Amino acid sequence: MSAILNLSKLFKFKGGVHPPEHKLESTGAPILPLPLPAQLVLPLRQHVGNIPKICVEAGQHVLKGQLLAEAEGSISAAVHAPTSGSIIAIQEDLIPHPSGLPDMCITMEPDGKDQWIVHTPIDWRTADKQTLVASLRQSGIVGLGGATFPSHIKVRPDGTSGIRTLVINGAECEPYITCDDMLMRERADEIVHGIEIAHYLLGAQECLIGIEDNKPEAVAAMRAACAKSNTALQVVVVPTIYPSGDARRLINVLTGKEIPSYKRSTEVGIQCFNVATVLAMHRYFEFGEPMVSRVVTVTGNVAQPGNFEVLLGTPVTALLDAAGGVLPGTNEYIMGGPMMGFTLPSAQVPITKAANCIIAGAPDLFPQPQPAMPCIRCARCADACPVNLQPQELYWFSKSNNLEKAREYKLFDCIECGCCTYVCPSHIPLVQYYRYAKSETIAQDRAKEAADVARERNEFRLLRIEREKQERAQKHAQKTSGAKAEITDEAKKSAIAAAVERAKEQKAAVQPMNIDNLPPAVQSEIAEVDARRSEAAIQAENAMLEKVITGHDAAHPEAVEKQP
Amino acid sequence: MLTALFVMIGLALLLGVILGYSALKFKVEGDPLVARIDAILPQTQCGQCGYPGCKPYATAIANGEADINQCPPGGDAGVRALSDLLGVEYKPLNAEHGTPKPKALAVIDENICIGCTLCLQACPVDAILGAAKHMHTVIASECTGCELCVAPCPVDCISMEPIAESPDNWKWRYPIFEIKPVGIDQNTQQAQTQQAV
Repeated sequence: MSAILNLSKLFKFKGGVHPPEHKLESTGAPILPLPLPAQLVLPLRQHVGNIPKICVEAGQHVLKGQLLAEAEGSISAAVHAPTSGSIIAIQEDLIPHPSGLPDMCITMEPDGKDQWIVHTPIDWRTADKQTLVASLRQSGIVGLGGATFPSHIKVRPDGTSGIRTLVINGAECEPYITCDDMLMRERADEIVHGIEIAHYLLGAQECLIGIEDNKPEAVAAMRAACAKSNTALQVVVVPTIYPSGDARRLINVLTGKEIPSYKRSTEVGIQCFNVATVLAMHRYFEFGEPMVSRVVTVTGNVAQPGNFEVLLGTPVTALLDAAGGVLPGTNEYIMGGPMMGFTLPSAQVPITKAANCIIAGAPDLFPQPQPAMPCIRCARCADACPVNLQPQELYWFSKSNNLEKAREYKLFDCIECGCCTYVCPSHIPLVQYYRYAKSETIAQDRAKEAADVARERNEFRLLRIEREKQERAQKHAQKTSGAKAEITDEAKKSAIAAAVERAKEQKAAVQPMNIDNLPPAVQSEIAEVDARRSEAAIQAENAMLEKVITGHDAAHPEAVEKQP
Repeated sequence: MLTALFVMIGLALLLGVILGYSALKFKVEGDPLVARIDAILPQTQCGQCGYPGCKPYATAIANGEADINQCPPGGDAGVRALSDLLGVEYKPLNAEHGTPKPKALAVIDENICIGCTLCLQACPVDAILGAAKHMHTVIASECTGCELCVAPCPVDCISMEPIAESPDNWKWRYPIFEIKPVGIDQNTQQAQTQQAV
């Protein structure tokens, strides 16, 4: 009955696809902890925004949860030590990035003790919101759904967010991934507690928890946990369709609001958090544990697919071993889901905050794409596009490098969900074209910005050179003409008198401090000193005037006598 | 008849006043064509075109004194943009003015630098920091890679280092797919190549 009631309130977004789910493989076993690996590699680039600033040195011993790199600038997130041990290197290392290029990483060797720092939990119910947000900045928590946007930015620093609706994203729409599902099944109470924190921080009036209807266990667990909460939380079951887990799509399904592409959801009073993110917030505020681990799904061509609680920085190989090892035929490792994930450059890369799933790929799981055929303009991609774009047009423009036109057709609203590529009967890798066009456009914009700065600097330099030239010419003209304006004694005298007057005024304006309520003895002493001082000042002034007018030093008459 | 005359004269006067006012109010400063050409040029200020900077070259193009294919840092795309803007025929880059190179940054070897300030004076965008008899260094974010500082250095301590690809500036590649021959196995392929030999 309640499900029907819920459904009647739901909205539907256009497009979307139903790829095979493959979720059952990895939901059989509970979330298992992973043994400590021999080495942890922590990339500094684990989130959207600025690279954090390193605050440890190689050779230093650190405790679990100790700050290794602090957030730099407004959009940035801190990195903490996932276990106790020593820092053995700070150097460039391979990171999980589609480029396969190395980047700055902190390498740690665990000491096996797994010793925590002193926990400083924060009572969020009594602390003021600004302190909480400032504290959240130190936590290293980022959006764990995959976007890795620093969470403290999502709550405004002044604590006044203007948010009406809090949406909790438990949709997890992408095939193979089950980490959020397992979290909701096993740790629903903690998640609900985290939601209460987010609810309080944002000052939201209502809270909707969106879960796809292919996760009945998670829905039941979350409902049970919500029933215990004092906050008004509502678990809403949404129909299973990819990509309903995209924040804007989920908001659309739950509230019927379409957020304009040029606005953020906060501008229409809605904020969205992933279930894993609110769980991390709960652990941070309740137990003082910063972001040092996450739950990762390991699935695909492995012996025992499942979910593991993994310390950040753990190599993917350790994770694959824990899942019973890879089966023969594995030819690639995918981070993220099969729709939006990317192939890892190597299985040696570490797990980062963004890593929600590792899939061991094999040709029978993910067959090689068939050769791309010409576009037949069937517009199936346009029907499948969940963000109402015209993928076929974007394809033409991207393919022909007509980047301006692609931008006009809202290339940057594309969420790269891959629905268009999935449905294309000609097997055209559409998303690859959009990714290419996007990064090319961004590069061109950057070059243009740099050119504008260079133009400005060059113009300023020419202006400066011209000005210096003029100044020199002026000085030269003055010197050669020898027409140094004769300054008369009278003018000198009056100028000095004016300066003295100014100094006196300034002195008078400055009142001595701490002279109230002094004993009479001290007061008389002060008066004496003042008198002496003023007398000396008058004498000095007279001497100065004498010197200027007569042209010699009255105090040192011998200096004049010596001259011939 | 007279009314019509007055109406026409009145209209003429009114429109004349409006035109005169807008000519003053919306006066265009400088040559807009120069600015539009300048906006296409890469602003390296390297002088490879034979003019002392991007703006002088833009002015020369606008006056018809220079050709559009004299800017190697702008590359082929730059020439195409200029030919589009000016409505002239595209022509390949003139090799006399140099060939396009990947963007590079000037790097001063601070152990060798003697603090002579010659590079400071050569830099067209004031991207080198330093003072007489003090070590100089390049502000990497402002350097346009024009190479103008390399020649004046008396101790040859400035080198141009190409900008390395990092996850920050990495770009997705244009999708290119290998075309594999279908239905020909390796043996027949080998036989074919042997025949060709």
